Amino acid sequence: MIPLGHYLVVSAILFAIGTAGVFLRRNLITILLSIEIMLNAVNLSFVAFGRSHGTVDGQIITFFVMTVAAAEAAVGLGIVIALFRHRESLNPDAFTSLKW
Amino acid sequence: MPDTVLFYVFSAVAVGASLLVIGQRNPMYSIMLLIASFGALSALYIQLDAPFVAMAQIIVYAGAIMVLFLFVVMLLNAPQEDAAQWDRTHPLRRSGVGRFGAMLAALLTVQLVWALLRVSDASAVGARGDVAELTSVRSVGRVLFTDYVFAFEATSILILVAMVGAVVLAAREEKR
Repeated sequence: MIPLGHYLVVSAILFAIGTAGVFLRRNLITILLSIEIMLNAVNLSFVAFGRSHGTVDGQIITFFVMTVAAAEAAVGLGIVIALFRHRESLNPDAFTSLKW
Repeated sequence: MPDTVLFYVFSAVAVGASLLVIGQRNPMYSIMLLIASFGALSALYIQLDAPFVAMAQIIVYAGAIMVLFLFVVMLLNAPQEDAAQWDRTHPLRRSGVGRFGAMLAALLTVQLVWALLRVSDASAVGARGDVAELTSVRSVGRVLFTDYVFAFEATSILILVAMVGAVVLAAREEKR
């Protein structure tokens, strides 16, 4: 069987990739996709921890994370559409009106 | 032994596809690659004796959320990122910021490796628990609707709020 640490390493790598995507990419859609990668990394570690403790709680938390991800995608994409209508751009640097 | 090989194969697919998601300039390819990454992750869930989560991953993530992303990309006819402009104007290109960020990243990597190596020598994942109990949808549902019933109901309100919010945000403003 695979040790718990291996799953956690995969999860950490995926989370790091997602974080790097949020910081490096300058396309609102790709940034939202990077957030999905991070949520999935967390899901993987939840399921792995749940399995190693021998309970189903990890799986159930994963369902809640998926629900929140669906809500976040719906609202986030709604915001992206509204922003695109204003500026005709998906570059986050185009939306600096609130910046001091 | 085949377990271990499959674990490494699917982990490699998940990590590689996620890296390519970040590397693409065309959001359409990013979405397709992310679906591949989710498929590999659902295989990992099956290895972790969580078949229901694996199916939910395919149906909810790959089937619903990613299709929503695809719709938005096609709707907006999204422009691709401009590489030359990225090179000139990205905040991380400033040397002071870049150096500070690299230092923090190195520190965090050292911490993570140290913490994860301490976990690695623990026992194998499948050591505890009854497999038949863990894989059955019945036991998952029983815990979900008893111990977590409040969170479940709160989630329904969250979905309602998100739905209303998405409709309000995406609706075209009326001309007066």
